[in-house]
Amino acid sequence: MTDATVVDVSTDTRKSGRFLYGASVVFLCAWVIVPIYFLLINTLSSPEAVNSFPKSFIPEFDFGSLQFFAGFAGILTALKNSVVVALMTMVMSIIIGAPAGYALSRFEFPGKGLFRLLILLTRAFPLPLLALPLAVMFIQVGLDDTAFGLALVHTTLAIPFAVLITFSLFSGIPVELEEAAWTLGCTRLTAFNKVVLPLILPGITASAIFAFVISWNEVFAAAVLTIENRTLTAFLLQNLDTSPLHLKFAGGFILVVPALIFIFAVRKYLFAMWGIANR
Amino acid sequence: MAEIQIKNVAKSFGAYQALNDINLTVADQEFMVLLGASGCGKSTLLRIIAGLETATSGEVWIGGKRIDHLSPKDRGIAMVFQNYAVFPHLTVFENIGFGLRMQKLPNDEVTRRVERVAGLMHIEMLLKRYSGELSGGQRQRVAVARALAMEPDVILMDEPLSNLDALLRMEMRAELKGVLAESKTTAIYVTHDQVEAMSMADRISVMHEGNIVQAASPIEVYRDPAAKFVASFIGNPPMNFLPATPAGSGKWQVAGQSFDGPNTDKAALQFAIRPEDMAPAEQGLVATAKIVEPLGAHLLVTCQIDDAMFRVILDSDTVVKAGQTLTLAPQSDRVRWFDPETTLAVA
Repeated sequence: MTDATVVDVSTDTRKSGRFLYGASVVFLCAWVIVPIYFLLINTLSSPEAVNSFPKSFIPEFDFGSLQFFAGFAGILTALKNSVVVALMTMVMSIIIGAPAGYALSRFEFPGKGLFRLLILLTRAFPLPLLALPLAVMFIQVGLDDTAFGLALVHTTLAIPFAVLITFSLFSGIPVELEEAAWTLGCTRLTAFNKVVLPLILPGITASAIFAFVISWNEVFAAAVLTIENRTLTAFLLQNLDTSPLHLKFAGGFILVVPALIFIFAVRKYLFAMWGIANR
Repeated sequence: MAEIQIKNVAKSFGAYQALNDINLTVADQEFMVLLGASGCGKSTLLRIIAGLETATSGEVWIGGKRIDHLSPKDRGIAMVFQNYAVFPHLTVFENIGFGLRMQKLPNDEVTRRVERVAGLMHIEMLLKRYSGELSGGQRQRVAVARALAMEPDVILMDEPLSNLDALLRMEMRAELKGVLAESKTTAIYVTHDQVEAMSMADRISVMHEGNIVQAASPIEVYRDPAAKFVASFIGNPPMNFLPATPAGSGKWQVAGQSFDGPNTDKAALQFAIRPEDMAPAEQGLVATAKIVEPLGAHLLVTCQIDDAMFRVILDSDTVVKAGQTLTLAPQSDRVRWFDPETTLAVA
């Protein structure tokens, strides 16, 4: 009789634990998905439907909002600027970050631990504190309101991730593979190109896309450092009060969806980086 | 001609001295085994010859040319690694042909060489596979084939069989020995397994704590160990040691028995004899049998002489019971003597 009671209690605890777990998962998913869903509905609704209430849960598939969005003055230029800055950030952060990741994984040098810490600490700095001094400096140098100037700031934000991801990638390639290539007629560079690069290319791509998304989403520095050549995030921020509702929704949609698609495409590498075994 | 000369090579990692003044000559086409326990410096020495490590001091010569300042690719060597290091993104064919493609050989030459070596290593049917689809033994064959395809002057092998199971290791040992003899390459092979060393080597260099203790043929290392370390490292079960005190010129007292020994005025020596070099007799060392192990091929008896443990191998038909007293006569030409202070052999 005692045994049965004990079993019942533990089953009950397990059941309620499972319920709680399920409920929190559903809640978290809803937290993320519902705003995106509303975004989607309102983007695909006609401008009139956006401004009406109550809203339906099924989009009308009216591309009026998107058309309006495309036609709004300056939006396509802003979109182009976002793409240009993000591409520059991607290239620069990989060119600087990947060799750093390789050096960290293969070489021992004085100050290695400190370097790793400093790389992480650059992210600890609140960007609003830096933005105004940066703006002043950029004006003095002539980089203000340029895509390159903004890309420099975004690269600084993306480099810690580029270094850490490439560090773990390179650490996963046994050094014996490179040594074997050296004994088979390769210089250090040839061995890297023929043996290491093919093996880490998927990971480097993921790292590059991550850098792209960091730049794409960034609002604050973009808003402060660009005036005429605004990126899409800065543009939307600037017009937040004055623009029509359906424009904001369409803009939000255009911002969110590419980032979502990219991150989804490289999720395997992000899981590996954050330690979830995915074999 | 691919004679290897190592002259006064020393290597330190910071404060830790890995190699102390190594001098070694490996003759052309000789199969030299570097044998020693973990941490003795054998892999470090191999990597210095390969060019993957730089010696702190000393010179390395191959074929009459000094090569210690050259990168690995310019030394005329090929290496087989302990973990095989087979490239996972290439097929077996491309792995074996990797070095040949780096030399920009024409396609038909690459194909000819790859197929020939693959035939030697019995992996012709695996050429289109990737390393992820191979077993450990197959990967090891690919690694060896890749090195052989280079047709190098010198082939270096760093414990290539240690990751294989015992049966496969035994088969590969014989196969490797045959393949390397036929390829007429100078080979240096690193291992901690003395059976591998004894079976494959032309000469063994026994290493201990960064020094080469003895470099000689397997049978010489077995019969005439230069130091106590070699005597106890080689041979299973290991050599027996008993303390000996002087009993006149050229005579030594061992466990109450008198033996002819070296004519030296040292205060004490160590008497050494291998378990299989003794036989029951009327006169000899008196031992009490403690453990009797009938191993099938022979009888292994662990005995006690005075306070020391002593092992003897007897014919499998001998009848011995635990507690029985045995009288064992050592074969006089197999007795060895060591200086307990220097641990070196005394003639």
